[in-house]
Amino acid sequence: MGEAIVITSGKGGVGKTTTTANLGTALALMEKKVCLIDTDIGLRNLDVVMGLENRIIYDIVDVMKGKCKLNQALIKDKRFECLFLLPAAQTSDKSDLTPEGMEDIVDNLKQDYDYILIDCPAGIEQGYKNAVAGADKAIVVTTPEKSSVRDADRIIGLLEKEDIEPPHLIVNRIRNHMVKNGDMLDVDEIVQILSIDLLGIVADDDEVIKASNHGEPVAFQPNTKASIAYRNIARRILGESVPLLSLEDEKGMFSKMKKFFGMRS
Amino acid sequence: MIGNKQVVTIKGTRDGLTLHLDDSCSFDELLKELEDKLSTNYLDEDEPMITVMIQLGNRYLHKEQEEQLRDLIRNKKKLVVQSIHSNVVPKKKALEWKEDSEIKAINRIVRSGQVVEVKGDLLLIGDVNPGGKVVAKGNIFVIGSLLGVAHAGVNGNREAVIVASYMRPSQLRIADYISRSPDYESDGVYMECGLVDETRAKIVIDRLQVLMHKRPDLSGFERRMLNG
Repeated sequence: MGEAIVITSGKGGVGKTTTTANLGTALALMEKKVCLIDTDIGLRNLDVVMGLENRIIYDIVDVMKGKCKLNQALIKDKRFECLFLLPAAQTSDKSDLTPEGMEDIVDNLKQDYDYILIDCPAGIEQGYKNAVAGADKAIVVTTPEKSSVRDADRIIGLLEKEDIEPPHLIVNRIRNHMVKNGDMLDVDEIVQILSIDLLGIVADDDEVIKASNHGEPVAFQPNTKASIAYRNIARRILGESVPLLSLEDEKGMFSKMKKFFGMRS
Repeated sequence: MIGNKQVVTIKGTRDGLTLHLDDSCSFDELLKELEDKLSTNYLDEDEPMITVMIQLGNRYLHKEQEEQLRDLIRNKKKLVVQSIHSNVVPKKKALEWKEDSEIKAINRIVRSGQVVEVKGDLLLIGDVNPGGKVVAKGNIFVIGSLLGVAHAGVNGNREAVIVASYMRPSQLRIADYISRSPDYESDGVYMECGLVDETRAKIVIDRLQVLMHKRPDLSGFERRMLNG
C-alpha cells in the first residue's frame, strides 16, 4: 500500500510543479514506484516539465468520466520504468473533477505504487479541494517572500481541517546573497512563523529553469545544487535523516573542506 | 392564605424608599397590595422626587411583569424607580454571565485567514500569524507572537487590554479604537500591552507593568461580573 502526498502552496508560481516533478524523479532514482498526478485542470504543466506532453492520449478527467481505464491514461516516463504520470485535462475545467472521484483514483493507484505525488493547483478553491481529497500527507512549498509565506500559512490552516498528517515545509528558491543582506526572509524566520517541520530547502538555481525547459527535471543531473537538494528531500521522505544542504556557494564549501583537511584556504 | 402577613413592606432610607415585596404570594396579589399601599401614602406636591429601590427576594419577574410593576409605581406621584433587585437569575443569563466573565484558554496557532472569537477574556497559547485575527469581548492575552489583528472589548469595553509576549501586530483594536502598525519596517516589542489612553484618545503600547496602575481591577472578580 503506497502513500499519497499532495504538494501545495496556495500561491502560484512558487514551484509546486517543479517540486513534484523533481521529487518524483528523485524517488524514482531510488527505485521507488512513483505516480505523479497533475490536478491543475485547464492549466496543465507537469507533463511539459517532465517532457511527456507528446505522449498524452487520455487524461484524469477521461478516467473520472469513465471514458478510459486508469491504466490507459497513465504515461510511463521516458527515463524510468517505475515513474508514471497521470496528466490533467487541458480542455475541461476544474469542476469536472470531484473530491470523491480523486479519492477513488488515488486509492486505486495506492495498490500499485509506493508514492503518489499530487500536484495541486494554485488557490484554495475547488482545485485545491480535489487535490487534497485523496492525500495522506502534504508538503507545503513556499518561497522566502512575505506573500508566499502568508499564503502558505493560509494553506496550512486549511490543511489542519483535513484528515491528513501535519504538513511538511519546503522553502524553495532561496537566494543566499539576498538572505545575507537581509533583503529576503531567512529560513529560520519562515519556519518560526509557519511552525511546521522543515523537509528541505532548495536554492534558486538557473539550472532548474534550463532543465524544465528541456523537459528533463533537474533532479536527474548529478550535482547541481538544486538536484542534490531535491534528492535529499526525497531521502527524507523515505525516512532517512539527511542534514540540510549548506546554502554557501561552492567556494565556501571548498574552503570548509580544505579547513577540514588542515589546509590553508 | 397568608392571613395578615404584610406582602409589601416599605422602609425609608437616606437615599429614598426601599420596597420589600413578599416572594411567596401571587404577582397579582402583590400588585393589588402595592397599589393600595402607595395610594394611601399620599405625598405633598412640593416635596422632591423620591427614588424607590425594589427588593423582590426570591421572585423572578419577566420583562412584562417588570414593566407592569414600574408602570404602577411611576403612576404614583413623586415616585421614581431606581432599581429592581432579585435573588433569582435565569439559567440562561447566568450561563451568559459566566461565559462573559471567564478566561477562555486556547492552545493553537491562529493562521492567516483564521478568526478566533471568544465571549470573555482570551488566553491564547500560541501565535497569531499575519492575516490571522483574534476577537474577545474582554481582554486578550497572547502567550506567543501577536503578528496579526487583535480586537479586545469588541462590544464597546474601552477598558479592555491586549497583552502579548511578542507584539508586532498589523492592527490593534480596542472597542471602537483602531491603531495600525507603522508603514516602515519595525521590530516588535516583548512583554508589552496595548490599552486605550482616553486623554490622548488612542491606543498606546506600554510596558506590562503599567497595567497594575492603569487597570487595577484587571484581576478583580467584580469587574468580570460587571462586564457581563
